[in-house]
Amino acid sequence: MTPTSIAFRAILEKDLRTELRTLQSLPAMALFAVTTFVIFRFGLDRTQLSGSLASGVLWATLLFAALLGVNRLFVAERQEGGFDAIRLAPIDRTALFAAKAAALIVYLAILEAIVVPVFAIFFLDSAAAIPPLAAVLLLTDVGLAATGTLIASMAVHSRARDLLGPLVLLPLVVPLMIAATGASRHLLEAGGPAYERFGTWLAVLGLYDLIFLLVGYAVFDFLLED
Amino acid sequence: MTAAIELRDLRHEFGERTALERIDLTLAVGETMVVVGSNGAGKTTLLRILATLLRPTAGSVEVLGCPLPREAWRLRGRIGYLGHEPLLYRDLTGRENLRFQARLHGIGDEEREARIEATLRAIGMERRADERVADLSAGMRQRLAICRCVLHEPELLLLDEPDSHLDEEGRERASALIGPGPNRTRVVVTHDPDRFEGEADRTLRLEIGGRAELEQGAALR
Repeated sequence: MTPTSIAFRAILEKDLRTELRTLQSLPAMALFAVTTFVIFRFGLDRTQLSGSLASGVLWATLLFAALLGVNRLFVAERQEGGFDAIRLAPIDRTALFAAKAAALIVYLAILEAIVVPVFAIFFLDSAAAIPPLAAVLLLTDVGLAATGTLIASMAVHSRARDLLGPLVLLPLVVPLMIAATGASRHLLEAGGPAYERFGTWLAVLGLYDLIFLLVGYAVFDFLLED
Repeated sequence: MTAAIELRDLRHEFGERTALERIDLTLAVGETMVVVGSNGAGKTTLLRILATLLRPTAGSVEVLGCPLPREAWRLRGRIGYLGHEPLLYRDLTGRENLRFQARLHGIGDEEREARIEATLRAIGMERRADERVADLSAGMRQRLAICRCVLHEPELLLLDEPDSHLDEEGRERASALIGPGPNRTRVVVTHDPDRFEGEADRTLRLEIGGRAELEQGAALR
C-alpha cells in the first residue's frame, strides 16, 4: 500500500470509529429525514406520491439531512487540532479529502438504507423503484460528498461556518439535485418504474461527480494552508 | 557545523500587526534553543513557521536543509511538534490516537506497536492508554501528546511549553523523551527559562512588536 492509501484508510477508520462511538451525525440525519417525511405526509394530506412530487420530496429531504452531516465533517479536526496533526504528517493531503468524502458517502448510504424504506412505506404503492433508485442514490451521494467535503473544509475555518457551509453548498448542488430528481422522477411513477432518459441523467450525475472530485483533488492542498 | 535551522531576515505579519521582524539565527544539529518572551511576542508563531504550519511573510527559512515553504513536503515527518493543543482526538483512546499518528507517519504494523508500547512505558501511561482522551486529565493528555510528538523519531523537536500540566514525575519522564540528547535538535518555547538553563545552547528573546535578541554566540541585530 502507498503512504497515501494508508493515510486514507487511517483517517476513514478513525472517522467511522468516532461516529460509531459518539453517534453525533447519523441519528440526527435520520431523525430529520423521518420527521420531514411525516410532515410531508400530513402536510400534503396524501398517502401516495408519484413522479415529480415523490422525487422532489425524497431529494429535498435527503439534501437537507446530508447538510447536517456535512456541517459536522471537520468539527473534530478543527476543535481537536486534527488539521495540524495531518498537516505535520508526510502524506499527500488529498488523502484527507478522499477519506472525508468516503466517510460522508458511508453516512449517506446508511441514512438512505434507513430512510428510503420509510419513504416507500409512507408514499409508494410498491418497492419496485428501489433497486434502480439505488444507482441514482449512489451517484448523487458521490457528488454530495465531493462538494460537501470541499465546502466544509473551507467553511470550518470561518466563525460563521454553520451559515457559510449551506450558503455556498446549496447553489453548487443545484445541478446535482436537478439531475437526481430528473433521474428519479420516472422511476417513481405510479404503476411502476419507467426508464425515460434515465441513462442521460445518470451520465449527468457521473459528470458532476467527476468534475467535483477533480476540483477537490486539485485545490484541497491549498485549502489546508493557514 | 551542520545547521539544523537557518533564519535570514525572517518577518511575519498578521494583517497590520508585526509578530516577528528581522530574525537571523543559525542553530546547529544537536543544539537546543530556548525561546522566551512575553505573551504575544511571537514565540508560537515562530514555532509554527518552523513546523511548516505557517508561511512566513518574508525572509528565508531553512530547516534540516529544506527551504520553506517550498520544500515543506520534504520536511514533514522529520519534525516533532508539541503545541498548545495536544492534537489528540478526544473520542479515541490514547492508544488509538497513537496508532492513528503512527499510520500517518508510515510506521509499519509490528514496529508501530513496539514503539507505542515503548513510549507509553517511558511516559508512564501504559495503564491509562486505553481510556478515551476526553476522560483524561490535562497532565495525562500532555503525556500522550509527548508520545505523539516523538513516536516517529523526529530529527527536530519543536516544543511549546512542554512542561505545561505535568507534575514532577511527568517532567522527569518527559525529559527522557524530549530532553537534551545526542543529535537531538530542539527549539523550546517557555515562560520559565530557569527550568531549561542548563540545557540551552542559545536563547532567543522575543519582544512584542517583533524584535528579537539572540544570546550566546549568534548574530545579534
